Amino acid sequence: MIINHPLLGPRDAAEFTYLGDASMIDRPDWQAEDAAEAFYDYAYLRDNLAGEHRELWYHEAGDRSWLVVTRDTTTHEISKVELARDVARARGRSK
Amino acid sequence: MTQSNRLSGGQIDRNTTVNFRFDNRSYTAHPGDTLASALLANDVRLIGRSFKYHRPRGLLTAGSEEPNGIVELRTGARKEPNTRATTIEMFDGLEATSQNRWPSLKFDALGVNDLFSNFLSAGFYYKTFMWPAAFWEKVYEPIIRRAAGLGSLSMEDDPDEYDKGFRHCDLLIIGAGPSGLMAALTAGRAGADVILADEDFQFGGRLNSETLSVGDQNASDWAAQAVAELSSIPNVRLMPRTTVIGAFDHGIYGAVERTGDHLPSLPAGKPRQILWRIYTKKALLCAGATERPIAFENNDRPGVMMASALRTYANRFAVTASSRVAIFTNNDDGHRTAADLHAKGVHICAVVDVREDAPVNYDYEVLSGAKVIDTKGRLGLTFVEVALPDGSTRTLDCGALGVSGGWNPNVHLTCHQRGRPVWNEALAAFVPGSNLPVGLTVAGAANGRMSTFGALQSGAEGAAAALDLKGAPPKLPEAEDAPVAQKPFWYVEGCKRAWVDQQNDVTVKDVKLSYQEGFRSVEHLKRYTTLGMATDQGKTSNITGLAIMAEVAGKSIPETGTTIFRPPYTPVPISTFAGRMKGQEFHPTRLTPSHHWAKERGAVFVEAGNWLRAQWFPLPGETHWRESVDREVRQTRASVGVCDCTTLGKIDVQGTDAAEFLNRVYANGFAKLAVGKTRYGLMLREDGMVMDDGTAARMAEDHFVVTTTTANAVSVYRHMEFVRQCLFPDMDVQLISTTDSWAQYAVAGPNSRKLLQKIVDPEFDISNEAFPFMACGNITVCGGLRARLFRISFSGELAFEIAVPARYGDALMRRLMSEGEEFDVVPYGTEALGVMRIEKGHAAGNELNGTTTALNLGMGKMVSKKKDSIGSILSEREALVEPDVLRLVGLKPVSPEDKITPGGHLMNAAGPVDAANDQGYATSAAYSPILNSNIGLALLKDGANRLGEKMRLVSPLTDLTVEVEIVSAHFVDPEGERLRA
Repeated sequence: MIINHPLLGPRDAAEFTYLGDASMIDRPDWQAEDAAEAFYDYAYLRDNLAGEHRELWYHEAGDRSWLVVTRDTTTHEISKVELARDVARARGRSK
Repeated sequence: MTQSNRLSGGQIDRNTTVNFRFDNRSYTAHPGDTLASALLANDVRLIGRSFKYHRPRGLLTAGSEEPNGIVELRTGARKEPNTRATTIEMFDGLEATSQNRWPSLKFDALGVNDLFSNFLSAGFYYKTFMWPAAFWEKVYEPIIRRAAGLGSLSMEDDPDEYDKGFRHCDLLIIGAGPSGLMAALTAGRAGADVILADEDFQFGGRLNSETLSVGDQNASDWAAQAVAELSSIPNVRLMPRTTVIGAFDHGIYGAVERTGDHLPSLPAGKPRQILWRIYTKKALLCAGATERPIAFENNDRPGVMMASALRTYANRFAVTASSRVAIFTNNDDGHRTAADLHAKGVHICAVVDVREDAPVNYDYEVLSGAKVIDTKGRLGLTFVEVALPDGSTRTLDCGALGVSGGWNPNVHLTCHQRGRPVWNEALAAFVPGSNLPVGLTVAGAANGRMSTFGALQSGAEGAAAALDLKGAPPKLPEAEDAPVAQKPFWYVEGCKRAWVDQQNDVTVKDVKLSYQEGFRSVEHLKRYTTLGMATDQGKTSNITGLAIMAEVAGKSIPETGTTIFRPPYTPVPISTFAGRMKGQEFHPTRLTPSHHWAKERGAVFVEAGNWLRAQWFPLPGETHWRESVDREVRQTRASVGVCDCTTLGKIDVQGTDAAEFLNRVYANGFAKLAVGKTRYGLMLREDGMVMDDGTAARMAEDHFVVTTTTANAVSVYRHMEFVRQCLFPDMDVQLISTTDSWAQYAVAGPNSRKLLQKIVDPEFDISNEAFPFMACGNITVCGGLRARLFRISFSGELAFEIAVPARYGDALMRRLMSEGEEFDVVPYGTEALGVMRIEKGHAAGNELNGTTTALNLGMGKMVSKKKDSIGSILSEREALVEPDVLRLVGLKPVSPEDKITPGGHLMNAAGPVDAANDQGYATSAAYSPILNSNIGLALLKDGANRLGEKMRLVSPLTDLTVEVEIVSAHFVDPEGERLRA
């Protein structure tokens, strides 16, 4: 596979390490009332999609960027590649 | 006998004669021959024995689809089993041996299997070798393994080199027949970067096998001229002897180039084969088509061959399989073979055509509406029996029979992603479907364009469309453009022992049996009968098998299903996939800066991931590793020892939010750590389990140096980057791995300070008052060399870790050794390190095994509840904090000489020994030369409250029971007075 890195252009997937569902960016608030429940969901529950999937890839043999790759799990077609940091900020994460 | 079957013409170099050997007999051939054509030229028809029944077999085809003509090539360590004689390029001195026969090819003892064929039909393994169950491993399997099977391995290391490489192009053209050549000319002339790959050593494909003309030239001359033009275009790369084996995601193709297989011996440094990864913008599949057989009784005798193969041997290699040839066909293409052979002076006994309206020929007899119903000849074809439409039979006296059942487009690569071929009624064949790999299109016979002109035209159009070329299409030469004329015909009614898959010995009867016994889906048919599962992957048999199944089921072929093709297109040696990654080069080896010094000292090394670490340093006279390790431990605890700990992961953490960042990744607090201090850090996974541990030293307000375990250096760094980029993207913190930048040494023991004071520059005070336990700082040593000093201890002794830039590691180690002579300094390895950490009760890899929590390891209180850190919430889950959870304890055998076995389980002193009564398990063990006893660490239920209890450590697998006492994990200096000294 080829991942079109937003900063470096097309790179072979062999340079990357896969983590999984991009929902791992949405880490719950540790002080919330239902934190225990929310962290359980966060750590263990994933959607197993046939189709478009947003997932985290790490450019380990490259610039060490974490990326959010939108990939169709049935065809491996990659429709979007973003810096995970930008996605995290857009989803309200900060410090 | 010298090449008695040679004809005139051909594309072989008759001016040169080469010698080769087959089954220890010498023969001659010419450059341009394959082993197959050379054997035929020398009238060798019997080449091997079949897989199951050991029936005599010869060549069926002239290409890579060959199921029968497989031999062992070369000798000694270079012996290669299961190579297809049809693809082996002739060279002087070639040696080949037939396989799967004993004692000889002409008399094979296991030919007796053929007589018992009724018991060896489809599924016989499952039916015959059921009882008694115990017989399978000891009796049946060894017999079957000896009897079945193909060639044998040399059992020696492959002496040749293999390589891997990467290539890029605008257009990859797969196959250099008429469509591939025309596509390459079109794309190359337009300036595109083109790779043209073909498995053959000579480009041209079918053009080399035909007497047709292209334009005003002979077909093979046109091909040669096209190759000459392509060679002169700098943006075109020609890759002969290269098989494109697979189509992968996003336009990436795998290809195997056989760079050395055609050479008598490899020049030094030249790889035998290269595995290419080709990155393409577009690809055009011009793989042609494969002729399919017709199944009839005893259709597997040497001499029964594909009609197109007879034509290839005659036209390209100037060889005929026999001086008397018959043809059995259901289509016009079979007649071409008869015409070509006749023109070369070969006697055509008859053309047997299943069609009532077969074309007439005045040069030889054509039997219309006739079928071949049987053959004769023990080791090679002598007679063919033909049923005529009037019900009578006739015997043809011939040495070869060319069979043509029509052509199957080579759609294999179109299926490598998720494409399924579709049935084309007019061709009676599968053609590429719509769901092709991204960027791939198909031209020529592979796409169902069976005529020469159709191939040329679709090649040119395919290239133009793939590259979006504007302008007038190239002028195409005139060529044959006949439509396909055939009557679908798969097998002769009433036949039983008629072979569908010759390589795996699957007959028409087996296919029918599979249907009768309920294995009716194509996938079941394949697995039940092994149809198409041999090394040829059913290139000549899959569709025929499918057609027979369809007929028995009363369904159409597309209703019955289709086979799925998977990479590789043809077999690839494992060595080619391995490339240079073998032996020591299987993975990279990382050496620490003082490795050579350790080697000089005679160190014994152990692999730790990619690293080599000194395990112990034997002295002359020491005969057992324990002697060395015990000495290293005693000397370190008595005076001073030095251990190379460079391999520990080192991560530089900088930025105004560095402390807060560490607060999040470590379970314990770091915000208040003072500059100049080091703290032990416990890192959890989000699920609450311990991920890793290490230390973080605050070198400045905004600068920490973090260490990880050797094993987790990569994954911890990755995790920290995840936390930084994905969870807290606005933190001002930067990370970089500095593992390789610093050489680091533990200097441990009561005299460690005295030793270091000899090399630390005098302006730095490292006394206990100025540089207490857990202090850290930037210093200089040996007169100005920058270094980092940490007062941390893994051994439990007064200890330091000193780091210098990597290139000074070797010098520092030598200096420490010479300066330490007065203290009797000892270098110690990972074994002594392990012994001392077990004596001290420090958790390490065996305890941080991915299933343990901080509480399990006796560090529950370190998990801060006052801050947000990874894993803190889930570490409090009910089951993880129950009162009797596993706790880290020490084990001491009641008899000191009894060994602790890591992995052994703890059971109460009395009562049953079973899983229900399991109390925990031993994780680490060592012999303590300080306590003069074996000791161990264990995780024990409610362990903190069971000190002093006597238990049994059991290992039912090894029948071991040892009486042990539960003690504190801190065997040595439990109060920690030594490390604060």
